[in-house]
Amino acid sequence: MKIVRQKDFASGLLYIILGIAFAVASYGYRMGTASRMGPGYFPFWLGIIMAAIGVMVILGAVRSRAEPQRMERWALGPLFIILASVVVFGLLLDTLGLVLSLIALVVGSSLASHEFTWRATLINTLVLIVFALVVFVYALNLQFPVWPTFIAG
Amino acid sequence: MELFDNLMLGFASALTIQNLLYAFGGCVLGTLIGVLPGLGPLATISMLLPFTFGLEPLSALIMLSGIYYGAAYGGSTTAILVNLPGETSSVVTVLDGYQMARQGRAGVALSTAALGSFFAGCVGTLILAAFAKPLTEFAFEFGPAEYFSLMTMGLVGAVSLASGPLLKAIGMIVLGLLLGLVGTDVASGVMRFTFGLPQLWEGIDFIVIAVGIFAFGEIIASLEHKEIREAYTGKITNLWPTLADFKRMMPAVLRGSAIGSAVGILPGAGLSLASFFAYSLEKKVSRTPEKFGRGAIEGVAGPEAANNAAAQTAFVPTLTLGIPGSATMALMLGAMIVHNIQPGPQVMTSNPSLFWGLIASMWIGNLMLVILNLPLVGIWVKLLTVPFKVLYPAILLFCCVGVYSVQNSVFDLFLAVGFGFFGYALRKLECEPAPLMLGFVLGPMIEENFRRAMVLSKGDFAIFIHRPISAVLLAVTAILIIAVALPAIRNKREEAFQED
Repeated sequence: MKIVRQKDFASGLLYIILGIAFAVASYGYRMGTASRMGPGYFPFWLGIIMAAIGVMVILGAVRSRAEPQRMERWALGPLFIILASVVVFGLLLDTLGLVLSLIALVVGSSLASHEFTWRATLINTLVLIVFALVVFVYALNLQFPVWPTFIAG
Repeated sequence: MELFDNLMLGFASALTIQNLLYAFGGCVLGTLIGVLPGLGPLATISMLLPFTFGLEPLSALIMLSGIYYGAAYGGSTTAILVNLPGETSSVVTVLDGYQMARQGRAGVALSTAALGSFFAGCVGTLILAAFAKPLTEFAFEFGPAEYFSLMTMGLVGAVSLASGPLLKAIGMIVLGLLLGLVGTDVASGVMRFTFGLPQLWEGIDFIVIAVGIFAFGEIIASLEHKEIREAYTGKITNLWPTLADFKRMMPAVLRGSAIGSAVGILPGAGLSLASFFAYSLEKKVSRTPEKFGRGAIEGVAGPEAANNAAAQTAFVPTLTLGIPGSATMALMLGAMIVHNIQPGPQVMTSNPSLFWGLIASMWIGNLMLVILNLPLVGIWVKLLTVPFKVLYPAILLFCCVGVYSVQNSVFDLFLAVGFGFFGYALRKLECEPAPLMLGFVLGPMIEENFRRAMVLSKGDFAIFIHRPISAVLLAVTAILIIAVALPAIRNKREEAFQED
């Protein structure tokens, strides 16, 4: 057996794992009968269907006659930087407030660009903070902690 | 005429200064983000939705439809000026639109797209208004079995008409359905798949999934490609088409509106299919098909009219049956539910001013779009020259503020990050994420109807075939699957023959 279509093989595997996980979790809830379904019935069978689809996708990926398909390289840098800057934003928001956590978000995420410069990033940060305060906090009146809790009290 | 009475009622409730301002604001925001290449309507709508949550239902819906049309139309501007489709539905606009721009006719191409879209939008609105009543009455005959079969057909239709491998897309639907079940089971009160986290008791918010998978995913994917943009930088002088241009574009607009209106009603067909059909039709009926791809005005007018008409009629199943036909419509449905409007046959009878107000507001949104796009096109052109490195942190800011303000919850932000990673992985594995969104919104509805149907039939699965409407819907589903599978079988057989 040879993996001819790598992306399909990996997707199939992902479907099987997720399908089985959902089916197993559903089995922990009451299944009920076809006429009186418990909370586990519908998701259990959906999980099974999903795993079955995964098996079919894998079978298609190992056929020797299939058109070859290789896995692409992942852009781990941008992926990590973007997601991490959102996580940091979330961690800081409730205690440090919108303004300070925005600095972390904008500066942090800007690092992911291959054209990064400090000058442009700092100007951008300043503009976006003013924009966020005017539009989100004052105009749309969205509920945000704006300043750090130890200052605002 | 009852139709016009209804439309009048709609305009009476929608046409206030305040609502016009919301429509305007929605169009500006939608176009602003929709113009940016790489961010499709799904990402645009999902990150802008939370900003409508604080408004009254009708105003919110009006702003929403502004955002929707702005997002759907913004891509055309990008297609014409930057040679990059802002979204899949303007892929064919690139072919002739950018060529027109290079010949110094960017203004004409833009106004053709805007006027064609507006005309098609008007046609679409009338069709939506005309269809609403009979379809709603028809929908009252539907029981749970019919709804289950209709949703199944919608889901399968959505993936069979789209591109890409069918099997993987169905897998994504199933995953979407499962994710939709996370949270408290309404029938039994049991918490499902919540890992003991109280934040998940109410289920995952659709904004979290949409922003995570589409917006975060698209930002990361755009950063990966060091794209070289070939933007039209000249000044846009002449906006008005000549009389000769008008003569060539009018029939194309009419044909495009007809195709778009028809395709838009189909579940899942979506805007891209409409514009694609319209383009090939224009090329077929043209006396000068060799001009296509070299700046033929029909090649802009037809597809642009078609995708806007489809954008309008796509609301037909969503509003009358409560069943969205595409991922974008699923988002709109989700937004309506946030405002305590459960779209479906009841809305039209129980809250007619809201229902017809929404339909009127779509027309207002369309009008705003023309007003906005022709004089303000210079601003959008400037926006296109802003480098991506400055834009994406701003987009990210919109996303974060949007996700957070749904429930003022940091947990949702972390969840969105998780879905961002997952969405990027799906992209790399060539799993189309749009069907997941559709499945996610339909998940709880499809389970509920399935359960009810089975209670009624006392556990007999044959109920889905014994009831005639349900049987027809399931038969159509089966035909769709076979139709998509057939050419694949044929190809495989050809492969096999070649090797022998």
